[in-house]
Amino acid sequence: MQPDKIELVCPAGSLPSLKVAVDNGADAVYMGFRDDTNARNFTGLNFSYENAKEGVRYAHARGKKVLLALNTYPQTDGWQRWTKAIDHAAELGINAVILADPGLMQYAVKTHPELRLHLSVQGSATNYEAINFYQEMFGIQRAVVPRVLALAQVEQLMANTRVEIELFGFGGLCVMVEGRCALSSYATGDSPNTRGVCSPPKAVRWQETANGLESRLNGILIDRYAPQENAGYPTLCKGRFDVEGETYYAIEEPTSLNTLELLPELLRMGIKAIKIEGRQRGPAYVEQVARVWRQAIDSCWRDAAAYTVKPAWMAELGKISEGQQQTLGAYYRPWK
Amino acid sequence: MKLALGPVLYYWNSEEMHAFYAQIASAPVDIVYLGETVCQRRHLLRLQDYLDIAQQLVAAGKEVVLSTQTLIESENDIRTLHKITENGHFRVEANDMGAVRLLASKVPFVAGSTLNIYNPQTLDLLAGLGATRWVMPVEMSRTALISLLQNRQSKPETEAFAYGRLPLAFSARCFTARHHNLQKDDCQFKCMDHADGLLLNTREGQPFLTLNGIQTQSALVHNLIGELASLRSAGVEVLRISPQSQHTLEILQLFRAALEQQLTPEQALTKIEPLMPSASCNGYWHDKPGLDFIRT
Repeated sequence: MQPDKIELVCPAGSLPSLKVAVDNGADAVYMGFRDDTNARNFTGLNFSYENAKEGVRYAHARGKKVLLALNTYPQTDGWQRWTKAIDHAAELGINAVILADPGLMQYAVKTHPELRLHLSVQGSATNYEAINFYQEMFGIQRAVVPRVLALAQVEQLMANTRVEIELFGFGGLCVMVEGRCALSSYATGDSPNTRGVCSPPKAVRWQETANGLESRLNGILIDRYAPQENAGYPTLCKGRFDVEGETYYAIEEPTSLNTLELLPELLRMGIKAIKIEGRQRGPAYVEQVARVWRQAIDSCWRDAAAYTVKPAWMAELGKISEGQQQTLGAYYRPWK
Repeated sequence: MKLALGPVLYYWNSEEMHAFYAQIASAPVDIVYLGETVCQRRHLLRLQDYLDIAQQLVAAGKEVVLSTQTLIESENDIRTLHKITENGHFRVEANDMGAVRLLASKVPFVAGSTLNIYNPQTLDLLAGLGATRWVMPVEMSRTALISLLQNRQSKPETEAFAYGRLPLAFSARCFTARHHNLQKDDCQFKCMDHADGLLLNTREGQPFLTLNGIQTQSALVHNLIGELASLRSAGVEVLRISPQSQHTLEILQLFRAALEQQLTPEQALTKIEPLMPSASCNGYWHDKPGLDFIRT
């Protein structure tokens, strides 16, 4: 039996991004409001209520879904900001909210029982016992799995849950289990869990020195570049550090996840949706990624056995990858 | 306030572990958390060994809690999780929602810090499922804690990470194996060579992080020995001390003496500093970057 077609879920950091995602083949887009209720809380990014309304109208008119990320952990003093965002999602006719916090899930279930719930990657659910916990407690219908599992582990997980599984397919790669990383607040005071940011721009400083171009995060030297090297954004786990006298990317290289070659396997496994990372990237990125992935998913769906990754797709995605490098990440076990 | 000893986060050999806990049996500590929380490959002590140690600690008057692994990925991880949660005797610290599922509404449990309890609604929910104690997230500030505690309905005991290198992040990748150019599945148990983890410095020599297998810790030691009055008034009831390879006993003794006001905060800080593997930080408690240190 042919499994369901894989849904392509694209990032929308703004209304123009949402529109190009829809126009270039996304089955669903995900977005956030303009505050710390979502994990891409950056200046100039995200949606006001009115923008969101226009976005939902645009997508729904074309038969596409809109998902809303409310995937930070509500802080006690701002609780109403998160519950109001849930209320707004229900009013706007959002197709599903992507949540991480159990308290907020309980609010959603009690107040808007019709609202569809997805478990965010920030919920750190890496096994079926955890996913089934959220399913039994709150009726979540889909879980986005952290980028730490090998494919065989994902398959094992899927054999033991009724919850749909969404996997990251492309974009920035978190090496740490999402929702369980406080590196950013250790260095800068702000973290994904508490403020919806990692290595926030306000903490970044670039300095041209006699030793080369230096990137710092709250004063901490993250990397230093020789004249011929490309400098990347100083995400703190992707810097070069010194361990026992050896200087190297001790945690992870600046690289993007790209799983195009795994598509037939993902289809066979029954993966429900593939998520493209990158709400912080502009419409040009969204357009390119959506177009390539639409073609790839369609090609794989038509004939998985004959499916091959076209060099043109890789070339196009390579241009917009972090550090121009791509990896299969943890899906490929030796990466670990 | 009670004193708790957290699980050993490093990979020490069996003799070292048994010697360590023999010493802890007579240490001034009320609660001992036991178990492998970082990596399934660290297998020198099995659950039965921990249960044996637990019995000895109970005989010495300690409360024992079994801690579960934080990152549960494989079927093997899940089997171990079942064994721990179904041990039938000791309370369990749940460090993943998978553990909560196996414990909820069956037996009382401790909600570990990686469950991410940031608001009273989530705390009350977990208390309703049987959490009798909760450990606040390592990055939570005093201000945020006070606000949470003022608004909660339930009354589980509140525990804070008060001493040790902070467990900041967990990954699928083993950074210790990576440093030794080994794959995780063939790591040759290199963690055993690094009894307090592997120090990561910036390229200008600032101690920044500590690599501990799949866990990343702070390089600095989170140290709240100078903040005991502030912890007490905020509502913290249990202080967690995280084991290090040297001087854990003396550190527990210093915390006890400071709790009993035999030492002033300033005296306690002065006495503890020579026993630490690196300098102090306490920024999180003060709503600052975690690596800051504020001397109050």
